[in-house]
Amino acid sequence: MKVETKAFGPIEVDERQKIHFPSGILGFEDLKDYALMDAPQAPFYWLQSLEMPEIAFVLIDPQVFRPDYRLEVDPAEMEEIGLDDGSAERGEILVFAIITIPEEASQMTANLQGPIIINKDEKIGRQAISTNPRWQVRHGVLKELSTVG
Amino acid sequence: MLILSRRLNECIMIGDDIEISVVDIKGDQIKIGIQAPRSIKIYRKEVYRAIQEENIAAARAEPAALPSLDSLLKKKKK
Repeated sequence: MKVETKAFGPIEVDERQKIHFPSGILGFEDLKDYALMDAPQAPFYWLQSLEMPEIAFVLIDPQVFRPDYRLEVDPAEMEEIGLDDGSAERGEILVFAIITIPEEASQMTANLQGPIIINKDEKIGRQAISTNPRWQVRHGVLKELSTVG
Repeated sequence: MLILSRRLNECIMIGDDIEISVVDIKGDQIKIGIQAPRSIKIYRKEVYRAIQEENIAAARAEPAALPSLDSLLKKKKK
């Protein structure tokens, strides 16, 4: 499938990279289909809208900079994408945080309050909301990497 | 918007299975109890808004602005 992307221009995307977001992503509720792609810059990923080429999010696995991160969301959020409490242990779920990059890239932050959760087998995703106030909208990636790691 | 006056311990029903009650009132703070089916997700609105706004900021990401984490760490060490 040929896709117009923000990071790579027009490229071929495998069907298996397609993720459906039935409720969209907060602030972008009308966009329901995305492609998940590796960024050339490790350890980041791109979540590219298939409907609007200019909308794409940079993602990171929260464990990379916060090994103590645990997904804490309402069970209803998991059910909505066909998962349950045991899904993490069974390896059925992918968890990402959306990265915000300010002018000074070293100040980049990750949103742990609104994690992106994806049902790996069904390719369905949603943005969940953390039930633990410890996880905030802006965690300094580099700052916390050095504190924890 | 529908506006209803409620006293302490009085309730409001929304549909057949959502019950909202005033549990406590102290100064300008009101404690609200909500009973709803598990499938109903309940959030504080400011959290919801904060995530929306952060997503909008994040979506502006220019591919050229994305460095690798390694390169950032190296820069930091210098």
